[in-house]
Amino acid sequence: MLLLIIKRMANAIFVILAVSLLAFTIFKFLGDPVQLMLNPQATQQERDLLTERLGLNDPVPVQFAKFVFNAARGEFGMSYRNQMPVMEVIAERFPATFELVLVSSILALLIGLPLGVFAAIRGGTVMARVFHLISMIGVSVPAFVIGIMLILVFSIELKWLPAFGRGKVVDLGFWTTGFLTPSGRAALVMPSISLALFQISFIMRLVTAEMLEVLRTDFIRFAKARGLKARAIYFRHGLRNCMMPVVTMTGMLIGDLIAFTLVTEIVFQWPGMGFLFVQSVQYVDIPVMAAYLMIVCCIFITINLIVDLIYVVVDPRVDQLVRGGGNGH
Amino acid sequence: MMAWRSAALAAVLAGVLIAPAQAGTLRWAPQRDIVSMDPYSFGDTFTLSVLNHVYEGLVRYDSKLQIEPALAESWEVVNPTTWRFHLRKGVKFHDGADFTADDVLASLKRVSDPNSPLRGNLPSYVSSSKVDDYTVDIIVTENYPLLLNDLTNIHIFDQGWLVANKAEAPTDVAKGVEGYATSHANGTGPFKFISRKPDAETVFEVNPNWWDKRKHNVDRIVMTPITSAATRVAALISGEIDFTNQAPLQDIPRLEASSDLKVLSNSELRTIFFVMNQTPKAFESDVTDKNPLQDIKVRQALYHAIDADAIQKVVMAGLSRTTGSLVSPAIPGYVPELDKRLSYDPELAKKLLAEAGYPNGFSFSFLCRNTEFVNEEQICQAVSAMWARVGLRPNLNLGPTTIQDAKFDAGQFDVGTLGWANEPMIDSYSILVQVVHSKTGNAGVFNWGGWKDAEIDALIDKAGATVDRDERLALQAKALLRANELSMFIPVHQQPMAWATGANIESVLQLSDNKPRHWLTRMAE
Repeated sequence: MLLLIIKRMANAIFVILAVSLLAFTIFKFLGDPVQLMLNPQATQQERDLLTERLGLNDPVPVQFAKFVFNAARGEFGMSYRNQMPVMEVIAERFPATFELVLVSSILALLIGLPLGVFAAIRGGTVMARVFHLISMIGVSVPAFVIGIMLILVFSIELKWLPAFGRGKVVDLGFWTTGFLTPSGRAALVMPSISLALFQISFIMRLVTAEMLEVLRTDFIRFAKARGLKARAIYFRHGLRNCMMPVVTMTGMLIGDLIAFTLVTEIVFQWPGMGFLFVQSVQYVDIPVMAAYLMIVCCIFITINLIVDLIYVVVDPRVDQLVRGGGNGH
Repeated sequence: MMAWRSAALAAVLAGVLIAPAQAGTLRWAPQRDIVSMDPYSFGDTFTLSVLNHVYEGLVRYDSKLQIEPALAESWEVVNPTTWRFHLRKGVKFHDGADFTADDVLASLKRVSDPNSPLRGNLPSYVSSSKVDDYTVDIIVTENYPLLLNDLTNIHIFDQGWLVANKAEAPTDVAKGVEGYATSHANGTGPFKFISRKPDAETVFEVNPNWWDKRKHNVDRIVMTPITSAATRVAALISGEIDFTNQAPLQDIPRLEASSDLKVLSNSELRTIFFVMNQTPKAFESDVTDKNPLQDIKVRQALYHAIDADAIQKVVMAGLSRTTGSLVSPAIPGYVPELDKRLSYDPELAKKLLAEAGYPNGFSFSFLCRNTEFVNEEQICQAVSAMWARVGLRPNLNLGPTTIQDAKFDAGQFDVGTLGWANEPMIDSYSILVQVVHSKTGNAGVFNWGGWKDAEIDALIDKAGATVDRDERLALQAKALLRANELSMFIPVHQQPMAWATGANIESVLQLSDNKPRHWLTRMAE
């Protein structure tokens, strides 16, 4: 297990460096933040002065070296737009995104798994076909369309749910949460559903496919022959054996969720990291964009690491494979 | 049965969750957030207009965009370099401190700091001194005529507050100096700053001790930016917000159809026009040995080929004001005679091109943004087609503002769009010195076409040192006339602005500077 972690960590550092270089070069072509910070009435001299002070005149390698050095210390500088330390700006937005992704992932698993199993064991029934159809819509309709449709129905027509924002949040000092107030919970409903719909459908289809595969295998037939209860067969034996790809995909999907929040957060004016990133792109707020990419990169790597560890728990053969022991089956 | 009942219950519960309208609370959803609470941190017109609810300048614009006294009661020009301001007595900051001459000095010092991004808004400032507690002298460069215009947007801080919070110097992004004033505020204005969560919610409350007579009946302003146009419209229709200063043009018919909502639309100060690069060689063209755009016949051909009425009707939903003038009628220095467009005449355009030696047209790069001006992308697509009809071959290059403006700045274009509102000066001197004047010293920052005309430069320079308003405006009119004669630019229109209000709002004042002034807003009782 330890070896696995060390191997992964070494990979991770390489990936982070590559991403930071990529991020950095992209931003060099994004344009000029000076234009946005100054009034159109500002003179050329004032523009030059600000460019110089922001360090935008340094050669690119120097800027990059500075950036990596500072990033290693968690120091991303000041946001041009918010005029606050970048880490503070991101820390302020992180809870909003985290809560949204958390609720969406729970929804995805809680709904996707049972529906997937149901569709597999009751394949051919009307209900299973309905679920199949809904899942088709879920994977093919983009999140922002679903978001706007939800707003249309639940905000404009029914006036049940707020169309935007996080509602009232409770500040715990280090964290702001929307879970503790009615308006905060109401505000979570539509964004998390529109964000989760794709994942629900995806997990459901994946589980269905895997289950059908597993149910055809001999040991399920033997289990049936032994007279085990249906629930035990499907959930303890069947589902467990198709968990490997589901765990991998769920890990990837959480990464995707963080990426997809960009769109969802814009539609619902959700004050999270994705929203921050889009705003930063518009303002060429280089420090925030760079920090955002680095943090998302780290989140991805961490999730991957966790997925790898879960593998070992679910399927001990993986650990042996990494150690190079040839005893795996 | 049970299921239905619990669903209905859930609906009732959820129904409560949409924040109900509260008397006296104005819920305002702009398209984007302000960038800071510090009025000296960003030269952004919208941010300044919001902060004007909390902070005030020595003078301000009245409901006809004329300058009127605010924190200064009166002023006089002592000599060509000295202006004397007599301050209003009995004004208090929101924290209770008295407003005196020291506050003005501290503010002027802060805004003119070498690190202050807003320095450019006060270009003529030299120094200031205190005569007594309620009199201040401001020294400017000789005969500078527009000090009052500039001062409308220099908001006054409380000196004691700045000192106590170590905020005497402006926020410095480059050095990582975070300012107290970025997230706190203490002004003299009609509203007090209460709280702020960037991109989510900023709250203001009425200042009961405001020096001016209260004309509004707003007790509280809750500003929640909504970026997505569809969501903003939805929030307005569902009654979650009362006001937006950015109603999407395409949704105006829908908003007007709703009985509760009102749409206020008009043309704003900003004029959109095309810039033509004057470099000796074209940037990207099949004419490689020279630049066709240096020929006035070619520039006029481009002008004659544009069907401005079609743009107004089709692209701008009939809401723009087609124009031949570089400045809007509301800007001092506007000349009605210059507001006549060259005719839309494709045949004449072809003829002019043939006369100039391009009977088969030529290709050129046409640079536009897709995020800056109202429907800019569609305008450029329409105009590209119009130019193609007379045999020209524009290569439309679209992209976000920050990328395109860098290309404009570097001269990497042949033809492109520019919009100028003359803010915050509200005077045609702004466009003349920044866009029309040749790039010399501090002038001509946005002279992207690289124009260099000695006659025009002389006129503008003279206007910049003429205190007498009529005399100065006459000089500026001459300069604009000259720009017209040379067909330096191709004006298109004054772009539209659209606000929308919900049932709770009785009236808001909309001026062509597109700035909400909620100290004049009336809500339904």
